[in-house]
Amino acid sequence: MATELVSGIESVSSTRTVPPWPVVGTLCQRELVRFFRQGNRVFGALGQPIIFWFLFGAGLSSSKLDYAYFFPGTLVMILLFTAIFATISIIEDRREGFLQGVLVAPIPRWTMVLGKVLGGTAIAMLQGLIFLVLGWLTVKEVSPGFAGLIGAILLMFVVSVALTALGFVIAWRMDSTQGFHAIMSVLLFPMWLLSGAFFPLSVGGWLGWIIHINPLTYGVAGLRYYLQSASSAAGNPLPMWICWAVSLFFAAVMLAACWWIAGKRTTRDML
Amino acid sequence: MSTSPAVEIIHLAHRYGEREAIHDLTMSISEREIFAILGPNGSGKTTLFRVLSTLIPLQQGEVRIFGCDLRREGFAVRSEMGVVFQAPSIDKKLTVMENVVHHGRLYGLSGADLRTRADEMLARLGLADRRRELVERLSGGLRRRVELATGMLHRPRLLILDEPSTGLDPGARSDLWQYLEQIRDANGVTVVLTTHLLEEAQRADRIAIMHRGELNALDTPSALQAAVGGDAITIRTSDPVQLSADIQQQLNAHARVIDGSVRLEQANGSQWISRLVERFPDRIESITLGKPTLEDVFIHFTGHRFWSDGDVEGEPVGNGRKKKH
Repeated sequence: MATELVSGIESVSSTRTVPPWPVVGTLCQRELVRFFRQGNRVFGALGQPIIFWFLFGAGLSSSKLDYAYFFPGTLVMILLFTAIFATISIIEDRREGFLQGVLVAPIPRWTMVLGKVLGGTAIAMLQGLIFLVLGWLTVKEVSPGFAGLIGAILLMFVVSVALTALGFVIAWRMDSTQGFHAIMSVLLFPMWLLSGAFFPLSVGGWLGWIIHINPLTYGVAGLRYYLQSASSAAGNPLPMWICWAVSLFFAAVMLAACWWIAGKRTTRDML
Repeated sequence: MSTSPAVEIIHLAHRYGEREAIHDLTMSISEREIFAILGPNGSGKTTLFRVLSTLIPLQQGEVRIFGCDLRREGFAVRSEMGVVFQAPSIDKKLTVMENVVHHGRLYGLSGADLRTRADEMLARLGLADRRRELVERLSGGLRRRVELATGMLHRPRLLILDEPSTGLDPGARSDLWQYLEQIRDANGVTVVLTTHLLEEAQRADRIAIMHRGELNALDTPSALQAAVGGDAITIRTSDPVQLSADIQQQLNAHARVIDGSVRLEQANGSQWISRLVERFPDRIESITLGKPTLEDVFIHFTGHRFWSDGDVEGEPVGNGRKKKH
């Protein structure tokens, strides 16, 4: 298949464009409507955090593991999987034909990207928040103050945007969901495993290096800091401003990558 | 018909890698006409549709839609155009109304204006009582109507459709054509559609016949049929090649072998039948006389049968057929 690229139409000035934000809103709304209309997805979305909360609670307390340590990692895992799976739907959109209607509409491509990413983010946040609230209500080690809770929710949002956008970049050129599963196991799962969610930051050697260059590490560390109770505050191995800076940068870079990849018009758009 | 063209295509060419899907195509489509691009699979008509719809980039040549350059004034072109794809671009998980509303917002409509237009459009297409139904529960014909509703919602001056009759039963197909004629007459919309159905193209104002990426003929259906000349005579025989050679030699008439039959186009077909039967009484198994159909027109202009890739004279042609999708 030819991959010749021709500059996107949005680089061209034109007097007639539609207002962009209603487009972002309508595409985001569509993601949510689709989500809530598919009963199995809603069931999975609500069930997963509850099961994780229940199992982790039982497992960690019986083996005397540090709940406060694993809770944020689990939260990020929920965000990662939900965010990324939400964007797989772009493959479906393309295959079922919905995408072509969006591609020929007189809208800049970034509105389509943002609509999709925010839709996925909203679904991820929904699940993340359920898990967070369950933990907050029932686990004594997870007892952030009000400021900590707000900080955690904001950081969850930034991390979700970054992960959804990462999913978008991966899914954009794919023509089957099977291919996505391969990426999932070789890239995304290790990315979570090496984000400080599982192994501590202090692990040395090359593993430590990977953990340090993994942008997700900073989201996990930031959430861990926000969610621990004030009394058990053990400090944070990473300064909070770095956690925020890296997470925001991660999200910005991923959004830019989405915009760039979706802005290229190739003969494969018609797939 | 107005003189200013709705669509102007000048020296358009498109390649997929090594393969040329459209070769140096130049044609112009007038305002307020229903224009059919007729061709078998692999003729380049779907590629042409994709270029016109701005789904794939314009590689070579120029296209102007209502005077706007497709390459440089993409937004303007897109706002003037409604697109109906072969694979539905509506969301099956949404209701009819939701689809229409979402689509309207993609074209900058909002609020009360959007609601009014959506209601109007659904009423016009007989979908008013289906507005709350999920698209996945609708029949193919109704889905196509939803597509038309979304495609026409922003009141485009040009509606382009890729094989709109595919998957429709004859009743739904007839409804579709009634609607297209109605928007042409009442709203002055220019309609451009691709089709591989000969009988469908017959209803268009003008037909462009495409074959292997080239434009072979362009005219009104009746003019195209007139160009074939007179009547079409088809003879079934055991040795068509020999018979056609003999007809050419003895009767000095142009006869061709098409799919194992001998074919002639002649004025005064009935006289020719008696002449043929008298001359070759033992060699004719059956002989039929017909007015030229669009299939005859297609054969006349391209030298190929519509449904096969074989040459009329029986030489096999090893061209790569274009894979659809």
